[in-house]
Amino acid sequence: MGISVKNINKSYKKQKAVHDISFDVKPGELFGLIGPDGAGKTTIFRILTTLLLPDEGEATVAGLDIVKDYKTIRKSVGYMPGRFSLYQDLTIEENLTFFATIFGTTIEENYDLIEDIYVQIEPFKDRRAGKLSGGMKQKLALCCALIHKPKVLFLDEPTTGVDPVSRKEFWEMLKRLQKRDITILVSTPYMDEAALCDRIALIQDGRILEIDTPEAIVNKFPKTIYNIGANNMYKLIRTLQAYENTYSVFPFGEFVHYTDKREAFEVEELKSFLESKGLEDIVIAITQADIEDAFMELAKS
Amino acid sequence: MKKENVIEAVELTKVFGDFKAVNSISFEVKKGEIFGFLGANGAGKTTAIKMLIGISHPTSGQANVAGFDVFTQTESIKKNIGYMSQKFALYDDLTVKENIQFFGGIYGLSRAEIRAKRKQLVEDLGLEEISNKLVGSLPLGWKQKLAFSVSLLHNPKIVFLDEPTGGVDPITRRQFWEMIYKAADQGTTIFVTTHYMDEAEYCDRVSIMVEGKIEALDTPNNLKKQFKVDSMNDVFLKLARNIE
Repeated sequence: MGISVKNINKSYKKQKAVHDISFDVKPGELFGLIGPDGAGKTTIFRILTTLLLPDEGEATVAGLDIVKDYKTIRKSVGYMPGRFSLYQDLTIEENLTFFATIFGTTIEENYDLIEDIYVQIEPFKDRRAGKLSGGMKQKLALCCALIHKPKVLFLDEPTTGVDPVSRKEFWEMLKRLQKRDITILVSTPYMDEAALCDRIALIQDGRILEIDTPEAIVNKFPKTIYNIGANNMYKLIRTLQAYENTYSVFPFGEFVHYTDKREAFEVEELKSFLESKGLEDIVIAITQADIEDAFMELAKS
Repeated sequence: MKKENVIEAVELTKVFGDFKAVNSISFEVKKGEIFGFLGANGAGKTTAIKMLIGISHPTSGQANVAGFDVFTQTESIKKNIGYMSQKFALYDDLTVKENIQFFGGIYGLSRAEIRAKRKQLVEDLGLEEISNKLVGSLPLGWKQKLAFSVSLLHNPKIVFLDEPTGGVDPITRRQFWEMIYKAADQGTTIFVTTHYMDEAEYCDRVSIMVEGKIEALDTPNNLKKQFKVDSMNDVFLKLARNIE
């Protein structure tokens, strides 16, 4: 049993936070909710962890109903909220002992589950949580969410504001946890992390834009994308935005991603057009869509 | 060609107790340049920025920002730079108009200048209909675009952007970068930190701090060549991993 969400709606006063959302997470799956701030990710997490009641719709977590069985759900899931919410004035070890105790277990009992994460912060186990670096806080929070061996793990933006090195390490930890038969629902605003999930839901303004594997979402991208580079990025963007055949133009790293309104077109023609506008060192080459291309295309329609 | 340096730092250092947060960094940034200032969490970026914007006194070294000395002329520095961060940008409980007015006043603009700037800014961003709404009620992306515009109100020589696009949707993130390009095109120097490595590629030059030192500084292309990798993400990973 993983997670099943059917037609969930939630409003805060007049503001609709989650709009008729449905998705299923298979047992043992690593499922990503990918979307910007304000998309409704945290609301979904709070509903599924039984901290918030939906206005409409139903959901089960590990086969348990989020309304009827809320007490059992709380015992069988781990939740790492987006905002650091451990006790700042307890040490690393005290925090972990505290969470183990309230879940009726001990650190020793499930130590094998957290071992490879905990050893990284163990040298500082007598340091207060409030004095830890961002990366260490994140690792401690993950240990605390895991200490009662949950069936389902909820991670709300665990990598936000974290540098690329620590992010990479964190995802490696998640992959290892997944092998221990833990179902994982994780949210992130970093689109490049989508590729690390088994399946993802792209979400914006409380609505799901698409659910599929990252590969399938990228493959569904309807247009051919070109990398275009030139000597002046700003001028290149402005020129392409004013070009009559442009369908979309977005900066992507050192190039812009360009799609054309027409089914087929001559690359040379586009090149001459750009040259006629005074751009130099022009390169145009077909490239692969990535998750951000797909997200932006879906968000447009 | 862009020649004039608007930031010059020589062996700039900040020590807290026996911890060297910033360990003798030297670099320069040219007028109109988009300069990416990267590093892992805790590498010393924030401490370095605080010294450059005149709110933290360096332990040793020298630095000149917008033509002013970071030891003796911090008030002049503050008048000649813009600053925007993800954490603090605008007042949520003031309206769009009130925020513009407030920051215009802080930066010492005249009433007439503020009025003109406000009109132009609201028009440019297409905020006519919501200019009397509280900033707290706006979507994050709009807030960040407004905050960037506000940081440019007093035509600063340099604007410091500390993770300006965190959590913003991909379309708005790109619109934000178009605003950055535009400002740079008009001669404003951009000093930006980010955790999005694709954004590092948008910069003219990038420095990467590791444990208080600048371990790499060049154009994104040269850095990729130097480290023999295809992306800035890999440059970053390689640098930070090598140190460990």
